[in-house]
Amino acid sequence: MQDFGAAFGQAFALIAGFDPALMEIIGLSMRVTFTAVVIACVIGLPLGAVLAVGKFPGRATLVVLISALMGLPPVVVGLAVYMMLSAAGPLGVLQLLYTPTAMIIAQSILVTPIIAALTRQVIEDMHGEYDELLRSMGSRRLSTVATLLWDARYSLLTAALAGLGRALAEVGAVMIVGGNINHVTRVMTTAIALETSKGALALALGLGIILVGLSILVNAGLMGLRKSAERLAYA
Amino acid sequence: MPETLSRNSHLSVIESGIEPAAVALQDVVFERQGKALVDGLNLTLSAHGTTVLMGPNGAGKSLTLRIMAGLITPGHGKIRWNGTETLPSQRVALVFQKPVLLRRSVRANLKHALKIYGVPRSEQGQRLEELLEMGHLKELADRPARVLSGGEQQRVALVRALAARPKLLLLDEPTASLDPQATAAIEDLIRTAAASGAKVLLVTHDRGQAQRLADEIVFLNHGRVTEVTSAAQFFDAPRSREGRTYLSGHLLF
Ligand SMILES: Nc1ncnc2c1ncn2[C@@H]1O[C@H](COP(=O)(O)OP(=O)(O)OP(=O)(O)O)[C@@H](O)[C@H]1O
Ligand SMILES: [Mg+2]
Repeated sequence: MQDFGAAFGQAFALIAGFDPALMEIIGLSMRVTFTAVVIACVIGLPLGAVLAVGKFPGRATLVVLISALMGLPPVVVGLAVYMMLSAAGPLGVLQLLYTPTAMIIAQSILVTPIIAALTRQVIEDMHGEYDELLRSMGSRRLSTVATLLWDARYSLLTAALAGLGRALAEVGAVMIVGGNINHVTRVMTTAIALETSKGALALALGLGIILVGLSILVNAGLMGLRKSAERLAYA
Repeated sequence: MPETLSRNSHLSVIESGIEPAAVALQDVVFERQGKALVDGLNLTLSAHGTTVLMGPNGAGKSLTLRIMAGLITPGHGKIRWNGTETLPSQRVALVFQKPVLLRRSVRANLKHALKIYGVPRSEQGQRLEELLEMGHLKELADRPARVLSGGEQQRVALVRALAARPKLLLLDEPTASLDPQATAAIEDLIRTAAASGAKVLLVTHDRGQAQRLADEIVFLNHGRVTEVTSAAQFFDAPRSREGRTYLSGHLLF
């Protein structure tokens, strides 16, 4: 118990003192996760919207597939990306394994189905409401999609935040493709895993506290968005 | 093909009338689950003036408007616009029984419509101000459209339809559940639209409103037109039994 108390004390000291090692890890975590979520949005938003509005063969299959991919275990994604990027893999020549880029790729793959599936759901519901209006106005397919994406902006931001939460918290994928190399690919979750196994609880705890704090922030953001969307009747 | 020939000759009769036919529905049938909801509808609308479409609940009035707006395709029959079969896109505007406003401000709703209707960017600003003025929406312009009251929402929906400068304006009970003042405001807008040359087809259950606005009454029952009469004649002595029953307040079956 005394250990714990001391660890907490040290953890807060690290946070309060902006410990450089801690800051470096947090910085890389943020960079990897934010980039991954942005990429996932760039792919997932239009993909989800097209699945919601479009009519083409294979659409239903794709919808089921993407919903299924939402629950992909991070370690499996990590493994798949590892096999692609390893020296013997098809993309081995790029030499991306054990770099932040590899981690961004893995997390993008993890988050894209979440964004796409939630987008499809949201846009499909809204399309049901807007379809006749927009058709009666003579709206073209592309303007219809743009109108729907804009009007769903609050729900879509919620989806993006959900993706952010998932990427921030996962450890399996970044561990496998990043390798948890100090100063290169060490992020919050992998550092916590390592430091804990080494028994270096102070750093692990410090990171844990910050991770929980970020998670609370993300959720508060979600709640705030939902509230203001409701207030404006935009939900 | 005798079928086409007879239709064409039928049409030429319509077109040789005093006024050019803006739109003619010929034997239009719309079925769902084996039931003919619109059942051989024949209706010719002149290019100008206000026609009021009346009839009991479920008569097929809203369906008729949606068919005319090109939202649903009838199983049989034809719709002709000035003699051709192509819908003049954007020349027809529909205000729905339940207004659907976008999740944006009133101003942004109207701006969106102007953009969709292809109004050049340089003119959008001025047109927007005109529309806000017309609908007495200046004070509401920056409010989120979906928190407005029912009457205010109806006004936005109507003004948005007018942004199209429609040749044919289809209005589905635009004043149902509005107070007398809001109703008067909407009726003014309808008169303005009709005066500026748009053909108005209005669905209403409000007799006073029909009398105030209608040049002619079309009565619909069970997906069929039972009579087309001048407003004065209809409210004095409707020609069809269905019209008489409707006005006397009995239920139609
Ligand atoms: N998609 C549909 N599938 C099955 N039935 C439908 C469909 N759309 C409309 N109907 C039916 O068609 C009939 C006519 O509907 P419509 O909405 O045109 O009535 P209305 O004349 O506008 O009535 P109201 O005065 O109540 O607005 C109704 O009985 C309705 O239940
Ligand atoms: Mg109706």
